[in-house]
Amino acid sequence: MSRLRAFGAFLWDFVVGDDWRIALGVVVALSVTAVVAGAGLSAWWIMPVATVGLLAASLWRAAG
Amino acid sequence: MSGAEVGLVLSVLTACAVEAVEALTIVLAVGVARSWRSAFTGVGAALLALAVITAALGPAVTALPLGVLRVVVGGLLLVFGLQWLRKAILRASGLKALHDELAAFEEERAAARAAGVLGGPGRGLDPYSFTVAFKGVLLEGLEVVFIVLTFGANQHNVPLAAAAAAVAVLGVAAAGVVAHAPLSRVPENTLKFGVGVMLTSFGIFWGAEGAGAHWPGGDAALLAIVPATLACALGMVAALRARTDARRSAVSA
Repeated sequence: MSRLRAFGAFLWDFVVGDDWRIALGVVVALSVTAVVAGAGLSAWWIMPVATVGLLAASLWRAAG
Repeated sequence: MSGAEVGLVLSVLTACAVEAVEALTIVLAVGVARSWRSAFTGVGAALLALAVITAALGPAVTALPLGVLRVVVGGLLLVFGLQWLRKAILRASGLKALHDELAAFEEERAAARAAGVLGGPGRGLDPYSFTVAFKGVLLEGLEVVFIVLTFGANQHNVPLAAAAAAVAVLGVAAAGVVAHAPLSRVPENTLKFGVGVMLTSFGIFWGAEGAGAHWPGGDAALLAIVPATLACALGMVAALRARTDARRSAVSA
């Protein structure tokens, strides 16, 4: 059980890292891109804008 | 060689060289910054997976859901890239110690060993290097296979297309061997900053493409995404440095 918990902790740290909001934000941004592209609208700009916003917000929080 | 065959060779050579350069960038980045052994193990595993997929599916490989693969690989690369870039920006702006990464890396390895993911000392693999290299090479390798099969089948000459692809991939790999030595001399945090920029850029590109977006200029959009990501990251370093300096001045005043 402890090995399973350790593996879960490792996997979380490996995929999600220091700031879980970044991972969540990436998933949300990709979903929005898929919806907008699926509607036939231009969607290439969503990921760059979301990436800059997520990184800036995370750095701002880390800087206190 | 007929005009059509020359056209086939040039098209496949160029398209495959672009894919190979994308894979090489990722392998060089994680190899130089973290672990060559793990990066090469990832490359080997990806080539093996690629051979098995191609042998098992043959021409049906073109029916694989490349979009799904791109969005998963792109999303993960983007999350990894942002983690690297975040830490590198914090270090470059003086908000995080420059050499704490080694301790964090050892902690991560210890946690991984405890979880049974890695072997003992000296035998362990760096999971980041392995996974990032594996995903990059598998995705780009699949794209090379698609290019060979689609271009080759159109001209009824898959062997010629395969030969052109092999020349492109081997040429890019040779360039990588030449490039890795000078890269090894770049300072650690500068290198990690660069790796973060590259992983983030590829993650943005593949993730958006996999989610169904179309980049203006196709693959050439990467030539704009990489410098734009670098410029944003440098801007964030400057902004954080200015903020830190202003705070220090206010405290000392």
